[in-house]
Amino acid sequence: MKIAVCIKRVPDSETRIKIGADGKSIDESGVKFVLNPFDEYAVEEALKLKEQAGGEVVAVCLGTDASQETIRTALAMGADRGVLLKSDSISVDPLVTSRALAAELEQGSYDLVLFGKLAIDDYGQAVGTMVAELLGLPSVSAVTRLEITDKSATAEREIEGAVEVVEFTLPAVITAEKGLNEPRYPALRGIMLAKKKPLDIKDVEMGESGVDVLGLSLPAERKAGRIVGEGPDAVPALVDALQNEAKVL
Amino acid sequence: MPGILAVLEQRNGTIKRVSHEVLAAARSLADDLGGEVHGLLIGPQGLTNAGLGESGADKVLACFSADLELYQADRYALITAEQATAGGYSAVVLGATAFGKDLGPRIAARLGCPLASDVTSITGGEGIVVTRPVYSGKATYKLKITTEPSVISIRPNAFAPVAASRSGSMEEISAGDSAKTSSARTVKVKEPEHAALDVAEASAVVSGGRGMKEPEHFRLIEDLAGALGAAVGASRAVVDAGWRPHSEQVGQTGKTVSPNLYVAVGISGAIQHLAGMRTAKVVVAINKDPDAPIFKVADYGIVGDLFEIVPKLTDEIRKVREG
Ligand SMILES: Cc1cc2nc3c(=O)[nH]c(=O)nc-3n(C[C@H](O)[C@H](O)[C@H](O)COP(=O)(O)OP(=O)(O)OC[C@H]3O[C@@H](n4cnc5c(N)ncnc54)[C@H](O)[C@@H]3O)c2cc1C
Ligand SMILES: Nc1ncnc2c1ncn2[C@@H]1O[C@H](COP(=O)(O)O)[C@@H](O)[C@H]1O
Repeated sequence: MKIAVCIKRVPDSETRIKIGADGKSIDESGVKFVLNPFDEYAVEEALKLKEQAGGEVVAVCLGTDASQETIRTALAMGADRGVLLKSDSISVDPLVTSRALAAELEQGSYDLVLFGKLAIDDYGQAVGTMVAELLGLPSVSAVTRLEITDKSATAEREIEGAVEVVEFTLPAVITAEKGLNEPRYPALRGIMLAKKKPLDIKDVEMGESGVDVLGLSLPAERKAGRIVGEGPDAVPALVDALQNEAKVL
Repeated sequence: MPGILAVLEQRNGTIKRVSHEVLAAARSLADDLGGEVHGLLIGPQGLTNAGLGESGADKVLACFSADLELYQADRYALITAEQATAGGYSAVVLGATAFGKDLGPRIAARLGCPLASDVTSITGGEGIVVTRPVYSGKATYKLKITTEPSVISIRPNAFAPVAASRSGSMEEISAGDSAKTSSARTVKVKEPEHAALDVAEASAVVSGGRGMKEPEHFRLIEDLAGALGAAVGASRAVVDAGWRPHSEQVGQTGKTVSPNLYVAVGISGAIQHLAGMRTAKVVVAINKDPDAPIFKVADYGIVGDLFEIVPKLTDEIRKVREG
């Protein structure tokens, strides 16, 4: 099975966001970047499928030169090779990113293309499903369970309070939700091996964006509240506040 | 004259509340940009337009068929994209729910147009301008959409339904050419044995964390949630420990919630947890550690042992609610 996994370099989930001088992007100084957490589930699923059925896992990332490090992380987990689609910037319009990824993926005749459900920087939850549409492939998003037998597959996706069961045939696109698997940590041996694995770097032209950034700002801080008291004796005061002040009961 | 296409959502033949919020957002855009609001309702036979005119729909485009009861991604996308093109709308608006987060990108890809997802405000004064939280709510983008059409998904609970008296008359539309769709079929929806409120949809949420000590102790959380009519939520620590299902996880790698009331019990308030609940209207924290970060975002806090506090709180709330 030939599998592609699309991965993104994003600020670590602990990052305290500071707004950059342009007022439209974050100040990247001191920010630690990581492989997007949801993409770890996608990489893990690809590796598991390869272990079962054989084949190849290719990690594809659109980003700046610094994304090489992110690709190496996926290679250290066990992916076979990487492709960096090099671009100075990433558009806020997910269609632009999706078109660039689709153009690359189209040439690979993959049986399966995996994405994370969501990139924790732009919070778009769009790119995987858009790429599937652009490629004309069946796709299921936010998958928590995947079963593949030959070319037929069943996936489960969580919806509000229930689970949808979707059947489809390969080639196909999946976006991975937390719960799909437990991502492995790269072992030392994996990290050593990753250094020698092939990483193709291709310059890409990004298309025109239909979205302009007017500004990026920090949300209003929640105003500090108050401790109504200590221990169970404080319960009546809390209930009173909820009922008469906040009016939520 | 172009207008706004509002994609409505139904589940088991009932129109969801978020659909009225979608109509409200569409209505405000149409008032700014001109044109009508057309609701698009796809689902099983037996659905009606009841209440949709009152929420702002000038017309309801209806596509009812037994095989469209469950969300069939491809067919829904085909029908919606066809309508969007035929009607020449300036924007397509839908809810950022499990449904809309899957359908929105499909429509935008088919129309070859921009998508702004999970938006929390929208204006159409000089072109469409939206705000949307990014970096798990740690920052907010203000974006201007420069081409037409565009697809916009709105965050549930961010737009209040409006009272507008529009006709909302139904017009049947074609179900599209099903031969043009892919192999994917939703074959069933597994509903849980004990139907539970979903954290993302509930107007109140009570979440428990590692401070609960053991999975059995979540009975206390369930009882408090029951008294409040709230959904049960959880921190990642207890989900990863296998105490609670992933569907209950609140936070960066779980769900984003904006309820009227959020009660955090035995939860420290890690940055990734706060990402999921910082837009709650009122936050209550119960924690034995007075320095727990959760108190920094809580409107009301009680410092102390949850095992003493929560049962008493449940009793008191029952008394108040039962009058
Ligand atoms: C990439 C990434 C994504 C993540 N995503 C999420 C996410 O989506 N959601 C999420 O929640 N976390 C997420 N986390 C994990 C997060 O960093 C924290 O580890 C987690 O939220 C801690 O859960 P907790 O508050 O239940 O546990 P703890 O931090 O252990 O806190 C337990 C709290 O209970 C209190 N307590 C203990 N006993 C009592 C008692 N008897 N009475 C009262 N209080 C008591 C303690 O004082 C303490 O504050 C993520 C982490 C990473 C790295
Ligand atoms: N620049 C990128 N390069 C590679 N994959 C990406 C990129 N942006 C997004 N993706 C993939 O698409 C998923 C969803 O991203 P998003 O729509 O931005 O939330 C991510 O989890 C990645 O798998």
